[in-house]
Amino acid sequence: MPSSLLWAVDVHGKVYTLSTASQYWELCRDASLEFKRLAAVKQCCWGIASDQQIYIYVHLNEVPIRYQEETFENQRWNPMDGFCDHLLPSDRWQWSDITGLKHQPLKEFKLASQHWEWESNWYVDENIGGEPTDKGGWTYAIDFPATYTKSKRWNSCVRRRRWIRYRRYKSCNTWAKIPSQNTGPLPDPFHDIAVGGWEITDEPLGHLSVWAVTVLGKVFYRENINDQNPEGSSWTEIQTVGEVVQIACGPCDLVCAVLWEGQLIMRKGLNRENPKGNSWQIIEPQNSGNGFVQVSVGVNVLWAVTRDRKMWFRRGVCSENPIGTGWICMNIEMMMVNVGLNDQVWGIGSEDRSIYFRQGVTPTEYSGKAWKVIVANRDQDRSSCASSATSLVSAGYFFGDEVRWPFQPSTSDVDFSLEMEGIAEGTENILETIERDGCPHNKDVASSCPESKCDAVTSVFENISFNDETSEKSPQPIFESTSAQSWLAGGRQALQDDAKLDDAHSGLSPVNLDLAETSSASAAAIYPFGIEEHYVTDEQSLWAWVSGGGCDIEAHTQLSWFNVQSGQTFSIQSFSSYPQQTVWRKQIVQQLIERSKREVDDFKHYEQAVEQSVWIKKGTMQWWRDGKPHKWTDVKVALEQFTGNDGKRDGIFFIYYTYNDEKKLAVLSLACFDSRGIHGPPSHQAIWSVTCKGDIFVSEPSPSLEATSHPMPSDQLYWRQIGGHLRMIECNNQGIVWGIGYDHTTWVYTGGHGGGFFQGLTGSTDNIYTQSDVMCVYIYENQRWNPLTGYSSRGLPTDRYMWSDASGLQECTKAHTKPPSQWTWVSDWYIDFNAPGGTDRNGWQFAADFPASYHGYKTMKDFVRRRRWARKCKTVTTGPWFEVAPIGLRDLSLIPSMSQSAGDQVALWAISTKGDVLCRMGVTKQNAMGVSWLHIGTDQPFVSVSIGTYYQVWAIAKDGSAFYRGSVSPQNSTGDCWYHIPSPSKQKLIQVSVGRTSVCAVDENGNLWFRQGISPSYPQGSVWKHVSTNVRKVSVGPLDQVWIVADKVQGSHSLSCGTVCHRLGVQPQEPIGSCWDYGIGGGWDYVTVRANSMDSSHSRVQSTPVQEPVKLPPTQNGTAGAKSIKSLVVEQHEPDGRAVKC
Amino acid sequence: MTDDRDVLRDVWFGRIPTCFVLSQDEITEREAEPYYLLLPRVSYLMLVTDKAKKHFQKVMRQEDVGEMWFEYEGVPLKWHYPIGLLFDLHASNTALPWNIIVHFKNFPETELLHCLTKDAVEAHFMSCIKEADALKHKGQVINEMQKKDHKHLWMGLQNDKFDQFWAINRKLMEYPTEEGGFRYVPFRIYQPLSDRPFIQKLFRPISSEGQPHNLGDLLKEMFPVALTSEDAEKQYQVVIHGIEPMLETPLQWLSEHLSYPDNFLHISILSVPRD
Repeated sequence: MPSSLLWAVDVHGKVYTLSTASQYWELCRDASLEFKRLAAVKQCCWGIASDQQIYIYVHLNEVPIRYQEETFENQRWNPMDGFCDHLLPSDRWQWSDITGLKHQPLKEFKLASQHWEWESNWYVDENIGGEPTDKGGWTYAIDFPATYTKSKRWNSCVRRRRWIRYRRYKSCNTWAKIPSQNTGPLPDPFHDIAVGGWEITDEPLGHLSVWAVTVLGKVFYRENINDQNPEGSSWTEIQTVGEVVQIACGPCDLVCAVLWEGQLIMRKGLNRENPKGNSWQIIEPQNSGNGFVQVSVGVNVLWAVTRDRKMWFRRGVCSENPIGTGWICMNIEMMMVNVGLNDQVWGIGSEDRSIYFRQGVTPTEYSGKAWKVIVANRDQDRSSCASSATSLVSAGYFFGDEVRWPFQPSTSDVDFSLEMEGIAEGTENILETIERDGCPHNKDVASSCPESKCDAVTSVFENISFNDETSEKSPQPIFESTSAQSWLAGGRQALQDDAKLDDAHSGLSPVNLDLAETSSASAAAIYPFGIEEHYVTDEQSLWAWVSGGGCDIEAHTQLSWFNVQSGQTFSIQSFSSYPQQTVWRKQIVQQLIERSKREVDDFKHYEQAVEQSVWIKKGTMQWWRDGKPHKWTDVKVALEQFTGNDGKRDGIFFIYYTYNDEKKLAVLSLACFDSRGIHGPPSHQAIWSVTCKGDIFVSEPSPSLEATSHPMPSDQLYWRQIGGHLRMIECNNQGIVWGIGYDHTTWVYTGGHGGGFFQGLTGSTDNIYTQSDVMCVYIYENQRWNPLTGYSSRGLPTDRYMWSDASGLQECTKAHTKPPSQWTWVSDWYIDFNAPGGTDRNGWQFAADFPASYHGYKTMKDFVRRRRWARKCKTVTTGPWFEVAPIGLRDLSLIPSMSQSAGDQVALWAISTKGDVLCRMGVTKQNAMGVSWLHIGTDQPFVSVSIGTYYQVWAIAKDGSAFYRGSVSPQNSTGDCWYHIPSPSKQKLIQVSVGRTSVCAVDENGNLWFRQGISPSYPQGSVWKHVSTNVRKVSVGPLDQVWIVADKVQGSHSLSCGTVCHRLGVQPQEPIGSCWDYGIGGGWDYVTVRANSMDSSHSRVQSTPVQEPVKLPPTQNGTAGAKSIKSLVVEQHEPDGRAVKC
Repeated sequence: MTDDRDVLRDVWFGRIPTCFVLSQDEITEREAEPYYLLLPRVSYLMLVTDKAKKHFQKVMRQEDVGEMWFEYEGVPLKWHYPIGLLFDLHASNTALPWNIIVHFKNFPETELLHCLTKDAVEAHFMSCIKEADALKHKGQVINEMQKKDHKHLWMGLQNDKFDQFWAINRKLMEYPTEEGGFRYVPFRIYQPLSDRPFIQKLFRPISSEGQPHNLGDLLKEMFPVALTSEDAEKQYQVVIHGIEPMLETPLQWLSEHLSYPDNFLHISILSVPRD
């Protein structure tokens, strides 16, 4: 799991972040501002600074935030001038939006804010619906508004073209101010903020709900926040049932606010269409005299703090019942509570001002088990500490209500001058100690017990640590700081009962109406308060606010936050977690290898001093005989294992079986159990594949695999498993392998082997890391229409189950559907609005009958409907994979390199989940992970990319058309521009693979296309030629060999899907090949042969790092080896015949 | 936690090709051929020389066979040192195989301990493990083990069973996470031809400031001469298991991975050979 950040503000208003991988609080890079509230999510953090303005801190990402502006230029034809700008009076404007209703000339486009910059000038989009238009990008129609075509006809009277221009967000990694919009007569600054809602809707991408509360108790919602528009556009006021002091927003549909009177109000009616919700519902506190002051919500939890600082957990909160059922009181006093990702909880202790983390929060026990204090140190980066004077101002400023404590005793029996002196000398520790001590004594103390006040103050003085370094420069009266609260003057606070205020703000609010009371003391309190070196070591952090909304922790995440390494910058975990990466370890491994060469390799013929024994395990099993008699036969098996001279295990797997009543011993060796052979890393030529379950397999090709005559049948490949879980995998012939998980996380192969199911079995844990993956399990809710009740779950007797799998054959209910083994649920069931084919606003898809093709809108003929429910599940496994954070990918391709020099850059192109084209920089044989992503601009999202041996980059856009990237070379790794290549007629391409010269692509209907007419002078080729149907994935290797994953292969069994097939007869003159060779059958999802550059024509075995490929011993009795090569993929049917998805 | 099995495996399966030659002093009935063996580095001479013993006894008269002992270039080899240590200490940087002279008489009483049976080796081995655990965990781990666990350790070593040995030894390599390492690192620093047998002192894997100590820190305190100053020519090699780990290697990691089966880091400090 990549590291993520916990955000917090200390009492000085300084913003710190704590990474889940670190032990140190890091001062926020942009440290010039002080903050009082933060609301973080993964991609950004919103905050309210001491100037009452809202700021947003967007994390710098290698993919820039770009926003496409568009406008249309419209023209009409007249006999005099031809097409010209003179439009009819009834026509639209010459420059308009797509509807023609809005006038928008180019020059009226302004940057949305100072945080944006233009990426280029306006240009004409020459691509319409996946097809290139003629020069100029004009599309023609009879009249406005109408259907536009790219060809000009006799009756084309109008034409239009689209202009586009990108603007780019530039204020990343810094606090960017959101312009305030003050409309009311009184200044009404924001005072609390909450961010969430990213799981309510995925349209548009990156949607966030930002809620804010003003000092006057109004609630506002920020409109139009998404990936392309991180700042949002404007504030909309949301009516409330009372005056709100604080608000919280969860990742899904929970939004909750605290009223001045101490009740909570829960927002209702939030959904995809309406992320703002429509009404409020009140939740009363347990005890009406003890109202709430602060609340935080997650997906299924609600935590709140009452006036007496008690922490409360609301039972039974969920999306269906956001109100919950009852309160549980936690026996701890907290200032505030914050719920982060995965419903994890943080709080700030009311006495010690430390940040606490709730341990043991799991989906089965949301209330968690125990509070644990986070004791990470702050980094000692003094240079970045801004002048302390300002932070002190903010300290006094934020805690104005608490600053008064030291002065109050002046009215009782403590010697004031002593106090003054103490404060003068005691540095700001006083302040903090006071806060610590003063905090729990709120209203009660103030009004009723002077003794305890005295106690508090005495303890203050005891705790003062006198700091000689304290200089007396820059004296500054403390109440200058409180005067900064001038905005309060016109505020409503004056109207409020100060006790309530005190409570409601739980020590965080800048409000202090006791100023009058304590003014006598404060007037006297003119003492030096400027302390340059206030970051004295060993100073305990006092926190004011924490936000875990961007902090991805799960119940079992290992954190190093709880043990402090005193004053150290070196983290012990840093070597114990990944010692594999260190120089010293590599050097030790290298020396051990050299030692073995020196001391053992030449003396292997020597006798071993200690003999090793042989271990045999025998058993029986049944075995399916594919030949006669086509039935299960009993066989005896024996596994003989022995440890060789070098400690390596060797073994033979025997199968004894009876054939034609003649007992024979056949060493069939389904597995040649050479322990090192199996466990050594695969060679650089290996063929990698992924099954539909995400398991990773690898096979060592032999030179004869791609031989032109009598190639080795691909069903004789020996596949062995490698730990981990992936959706796709790509490699090249230098041993560089990258994979993408189901959750789009990107992984790079570490060169290890084992992991996963091998747990503990093999010796190797070298380069094996934890890997996790998240995927969805889908079930379908099916309904049939009847005249009485409309759609209902009462189907016909012949119908499928009302809750079923996709095929309808299996009953799958929400309650009884289990995650696959080794997987655990990580979400609840939710309606999937992204089901292929589209859905209506409730997620339904309609059809005339089961089973049929479904569409996302209802017509008269639709008698059945279904909707897809999804539930996320997660697996944690191990494998030789290292995460490439942070960008999730959809597709990637590595160049099959001719160069074998280790330091050379290896071209790697990828498509992010958002459709951005990316180029990985710094990938070399030694550093397979590379360094950084470089973004390549496109005018639309892309879905697939592939790079051939000679730097031919082909990509597929979302509209199904292909693009060729011009001028890509080792020197110019990103190329210069895209050349648009139309897709085959009426087909949308979805995947492309480029070999040495061949280019193959697959469309969404499962057709495989070969690009003809490619020559060095015309790399784009001329035409797509249809090769085959029922193809799911294609991989073209560096020898131009073509391998596919095919559906509906007619094997000896029933129709199977996901079969790896190999194109036979591929020759330079015959690049399309002749027929398919059936390989491994059933259940394969992805294959890549892009590492296999082992040409049979010069049949030397390329040196592999470990040893020769696992040999398949000669087969006997014609059982396994004599399978003839069959052409099994149904060829040349209807090009658009839909493949049956499995 | 010891999790780097590849390193452990490579360390365990280190072998030294050895040529056993019968001493000229021994009286034989016919000429004794040299005997060649691959000796496990982590084992002890007395555990792995049965074959050689049998080989030479065949050519000797029964009455001439006394207690067997070994010599290399005039130095009697201490059987209670692990083989790898003996080799590193006395014979590294020499041509292989390692020529060991076998004696059956004139036992050097002043230099060697008697070893009549393998029980003596076992007793020595187990006492080393206990001493090491006393340093690492105040002896708590080894004392909490059952007798059969002790036997597994011993049998694992004796029969060269890596998995058997490490199944138990793993527990001896654990430590409380919050402490970041053992209490003290069991180590011994040897020098060839030194008067002192070895240096052994208390040394923590983590400094008082919480920083992990590395090999260089240990040497700085125990044997500062071994460290080469910036500009000076290298004088000494610091050898463990026939390799020279970098001085930056954390001591805790070394202790977990490069200790001999007796749980000690046996570090040899050798003069750099001059041509």
